[in-house]
Amino acid sequence: MTVRELVVISGKGGTGKTSIVASLAALSGTSVLADCDVDAADLHLILSPAVQKEGDFIGGLVALTDQNKCTQCGKCAEVCRFDAFQENYEVDPIACEGCGVCERICPVSAVSMIDRISGRWFISETRFGPMVHARLGLAEGNSGKLVTMLRKEARRIAQERNSQLIISDGSPGIGCPVIASIAGASSVLVVTEPTVSGIHDLERVAELTAHFNIRTFVCINKADINNSNTLSIRNLARARNFNVVAEIPYDTAFTRAQMKGLSIIEAENGETADAIRSMWETMKCEIL
Amino acid sequence: MAGRVHIAIASGKGGTGKTTISVSLANWFAKLGRKVALLDCDVEEPNANLFLKTEIRVRETIYTPVPGVDEDRCTGCGRCEEVCNFNAIVIIQKKPLVLPDLCHSCGGCIMECPEKAIYEVQKEIGILEEGYNDGIIYAGGRLKIGQPVAPPLIKALKSNCYSADVRIIDAPPGTSCPVVESLRGCDCAVLVTEPTPFGLNDLKLAVGMARRLGIPFGILINRSDIGNNSIIDYCREENIELIASVPHSRLIAEAYSRGDFIDEFHSSFPHVFDALTAFAERYSGTGRSS
Repeated sequence: MTVRELVVISGKGGTGKTSIVASLAALSGTSVLADCDVDAADLHLILSPAVQKEGDFIGGLVALTDQNKCTQCGKCAEVCRFDAFQENYEVDPIACEGCGVCERICPVSAVSMIDRISGRWFISETRFGPMVHARLGLAEGNSGKLVTMLRKEARRIAQERNSQLIISDGSPGIGCPVIASIAGASSVLVVTEPTVSGIHDLERVAELTAHFNIRTFVCINKADINNSNTLSIRNLARARNFNVVAEIPYDTAFTRAQMKGLSIIEAENGETADAIRSMWETMKCEIL
Repeated sequence: MAGRVHIAIASGKGGTGKTTISVSLANWFAKLGRKVALLDCDVEEPNANLFLKTEIRVRETIYTPVPGVDEDRCTGCGRCEEVCNFNAIVIIQKKPLVLPDLCHSCGGCIMECPEKAIYEVQKEIGILEEGYNDGIIYAGGRLKIGQPVAPPLIKALKSNCYSADVRIIDAPPGTSCPVVESLRGCDCAVLVTEPTPFGLNDLKLAVGMARRLGIPFGILINRSDIGNNSIIDYCREENIELIASVPHSRLIAEAYSRGDFIDEFHSSFPHVFDALTAFAERYSGTGRSS
């Protein structure tokens, strides 16, 4: 069976991605869930996952200087392009990218490359199905690699359990973790808002999904905050052949549900819950 | 106020109001007669100039070096593939294939190639733009769509505008490498959050990051009336300075949606800007900027 993947992204942060993902998880009930926003993961706050399996994420390598061997010759610092060598040629692990050039240049083998633990991954169960998630270490990099790993796990679980769909929560922006989240996915849902920045960021995300040739849905959150901007988004979506699957009014239901640790669908009935339900029905027909 | 200050506006969570605070603070300092620069380091989604509306006078394309292969010299020995820790070179049928998006520009392959068959070519990663308006120097970066790696562009951006008295760094959301690159070298940081479970969770991550980087910070609570008291409690427990709180205002949210909220924001909440000014003043001339 083919497993489909729906990735929820936004370009601009804070448009309501995670609340939408939690609601779609509730409506679907049988999907595998993935929190790919690894450097500010929040989905677990709503889905309260019970961790079944966890492990360290080795993001790459990091250099380490052995002061007993170091002769302070300084060759390492000369070749390092990341300014990672500090006083006494100690390595700043935040600056080090793990290329290993220093290890090879050191004449006395005082620098060695060791595994870099960049975070932790989790496979969990939630009330809406299995979930893969992670916690990237503070000020760590290689988030793209971690996202790729999570998606691979999600696909494995989906195959195992005969799930048809993976629903992923992506990160803001258009860089490495976002690219790692959407590359090869079947569909993207962009949650945007009718503000000048929301529109600007939607345009950049639209270019990105076009670049990767991925079917794109659009959800306009806080749609009533600026009607003329909402109209612009509809036009922009039409021009790109994106389906606008929901227009949600500005609604404090998002915050209220979050405070209770529930998805909007579980927390209350109303205009917003209805809009999300109808969005899910539309996307379900097109994706599956 | 004496001395220079480099102040970063950051947050773990996206959409908490970093850009709102950055541009209105830049305007506030400009009105006080300070020489201000605003650097929009959210190069993936740069939004500050949608509000500053500075006419861009200088545009510069930024490149990062990646390997190129001289096929006449290459013997296909595979040393480059072996030394690349990022899998950015693979040997296919005795020929190296470079995957520029995976390359970290470390120069390792060039140093190691026994035939000196590898040289550096420049790959475009984005553009820098700069302009001047209403007493504010604006500089921003714009990552090329499809390019995964933002930090080199942020680094290039941050090498500008050193002559300003007040340098405001509008950071991207999150806590990983683009944020670290943005915060590096700043005298202090304002972490913008909101009083919700997501806001608190991501704030804790941002606090951990600021502490790891050794940058002094304070907290600004935006939409302070929408959730609960969790942020205030957290600040008290952790002994973190709470700079100011800004309540939610539909009027300002609508003005923001149109791109013209700054004056309204200043006149509605002058105490917020007094508090931010005092916070910045405390760190001016103290750190790496002076």
